[in-house]
Amino acid sequence: MNILKFFTAGSVDDGKSTLIGRLLYDTDSILADQLEALQSSNRKNDDGTIDLAILTDGLRAEREQGITIDVAYKYFQTDKRKFIIADTPGHIQYTRNMVTGASTANLAIILIDARNGVVEQTIRHSYLVSLLGIKHVVVCINKMDMVGYSENIYNSIIDKYKVLAQQLKLADVNYIPVSALRGDNIVQNSDRMEWYEGESLLHFLEQVDTDNLDKSQFARMPVQWVIRPQTDELHDYRGYAGRVLSGTFNLNDRVTILPSGASSAIEKIEFFDQAPDAAHAGQSVTIHLKDDVDISRGDTIVNAAALPQDSKLIEADLCWMDTRALDISIMYLIQHNSKTTKCKISEILHKVDINTLEKHPADEFKLNDIGRVIVKTADALAFDLYDDNRANGSAILVDSRTNLTVGALMFRAAVE
Amino acid sequence: MSTYNFDYLDELEAEAIHILREVAGQFEKPALLFSGGKDSITLVRLAEKAFRPGKFPFPLVHIDTGHNFQETIDYRDKMIERIGEKLIVGSVQESIDQGKVVEQKGKNASRNALQTVTLLDTIAKYEFDACIGGARRDEEKARAKERIFSVRDEFGQWDPKRQRPELWNIYNGKIHKGENVRVFPISNWTELDVWNYIRRENIELPSIYFSHQRDCITRNGQLMAASPFLNMDDEDIIISKQVRFRTVGDMSCTAAVESEAVLIDDIISEISSSKISERGARMDDKVSEAAMEDRKKGGYF
Repeated sequence: MNILKFFTAGSVDDGKSTLIGRLLYDTDSILADQLEALQSSNRKNDDGTIDLAILTDGLRAEREQGITIDVAYKYFQTDKRKFIIADTPGHIQYTRNMVTGASTANLAIILIDARNGVVEQTIRHSYLVSLLGIKHVVVCINKMDMVGYSENIYNSIIDKYKVLAQQLKLADVNYIPVSALRGDNIVQNSDRMEWYEGESLLHFLEQVDTDNLDKSQFARMPVQWVIRPQTDELHDYRGYAGRVLSGTFNLNDRVTILPSGASSAIEKIEFFDQAPDAAHAGQSVTIHLKDDVDISRGDTIVNAAALPQDSKLIEADLCWMDTRALDISIMYLIQHNSKTTKCKISEILHKVDINTLEKHPADEFKLNDIGRVIVKTADALAFDLYDDNRANGSAILVDSRTNLTVGALMFRAAVE
Repeated sequence: MSTYNFDYLDELEAEAIHILREVAGQFEKPALLFSGGKDSITLVRLAEKAFRPGKFPFPLVHIDTGHNFQETIDYRDKMIERIGEKLIVGSVQESIDQGKVVEQKGKNASRNALQTVTLLDTIAKYEFDACIGGARRDEEKARAKERIFSVRDEFGQWDPKRQRPELWNIYNGKIHKGENVRVFPISNWTELDVWNYIRRENIELPSIYFSHQRDCITRNGQLMAASPFLNMDDEDIIISKQVRFRTVGDMSCTAAVESEAVLIDDIISEISSSKISERGARMDDKVSEAAMEDRKKGGYF
């Protein structure tokens, strides 16, 4: 059994919370006392049935206003898989929350209201999916019950969406007609849409390939901590602790340590009381090297035969996440895995109108703005391009005046 | 491309170890909050995996309400001896004696709420800048929205509207002096995941998690362990029951469930078929729909 992390884009009006509530409800993931709280709540659907959307509204303000403000994480599992849902708000003012939820997902569910078809918000959500490089997309055409379960309406919507998917270069797009309210094609295939021959949403989620980060040419491990017991019997013990971001390290592999450029080979891999022959993407391990090199937190151990990019000038997509606008005259901190250094945004190349996908020249970046910039870093980062290696192609910006996370960066090219 | 066995427990474990090492790398004076419950016991195991053969880069901190199950304290002391790490105890009784908090009165009196003051005092006394806790997002609706690195102001308050975006696996632990960060490495685990992990790792637990005979009384429809810490009167009838506890908290607020489960396997099948959530047995959460959100804003774990 493995884990599928997915995020849902859509607004309450599209029935997003109802869809998630339905998935949880129909997979028996809601416990009796939670259900009791649900039934005693004042919020009900028009026909008096319980409002499943309440399940995902966590904060008081959200319950009061009946909207999602922040990312909520929900969990359920079936015999096949454990699922982690990042439930994100869909309105444009919460773009940063959506980007946050999408950053760790390997699948996106895009909700379209069958009555409205592809709208501005659909374009915006799909753009974010392509920006964040999410591999799989499921487009749920929801509220099919409101359009008489019409195959024609469904087909005309997916024809429109296909044009958008092509424009955004979304690779794996799948379409499912559903009614979250009635439970059609969510867990069970619906007999009200016999013209639909595909899978139910849950069945699809259980089967889809999860991201495989194991591209061996990109073996990367940022060092988080150096283990040095300095006891009598472990006097010379020096283990580099970290999580393998991508690729595989095998015993005896030649490695380079960045930013110093020192080279060595892997002597031993430890995982608590085990000493495996290899360390793979996703695993947290301790690595020992054959040579005595100076390594500390913030350094990265990489495959010597496939070095990362080498430049202090990086072209990147930036999503601005703070209420205070970007100030190109000041220095920010950039955090890339375990490495933090100073940086400046040296140039704004363009901003994207995420409702229309048009690019505009710009000289300012405000909350929820997205566009392309040039970042100049004080120290070199051992980065890859986001499209090649998502795990090592992203970073956050921190404002040292407030310590807040103010920007998300996706590296697109090394400049020079 | 090679294949390797990396199942959901491996992935959750690797993520938690990564988070623990980020705490070690990013903070000057971290601490691990240890309650004696299964979640914090799991954290200790994960810390061993993250830092052995070195020492933990943080002490364990126990906020002692003085109303503990004796089994928990025995377990704690034995475990500390085994792992050879430092334990700091913050005492709620001391906070009461110093007049910083006032004991609740009445039938449903509990020291659970008083813990917050002792916790904040302990954080201030030792100048902890990060406190690792075993909270999980599946426990409760407010927790479902809390970050893995959750910044608290100098009053220990959580502000749900001012949470930092938390992207990819990058954790921003930068804080101003006086602030601290609560870190939740097992945020993405469910109760069942924790039990499956405990089974896989063969981790020993305090005996109260398993079925045993105990004198109980019924309060607000829940079974409570009869103890000197519970304000009882003539209406309370003591009955002996075969019970176990699903969470370990203050004796005055942790309800028992009737259970025959004596082995971990029994517990896992019991939870898999159970229809009541774990915090359903916590009186402290029953107060209102936003009980946890309010306590977190006040500085609770």
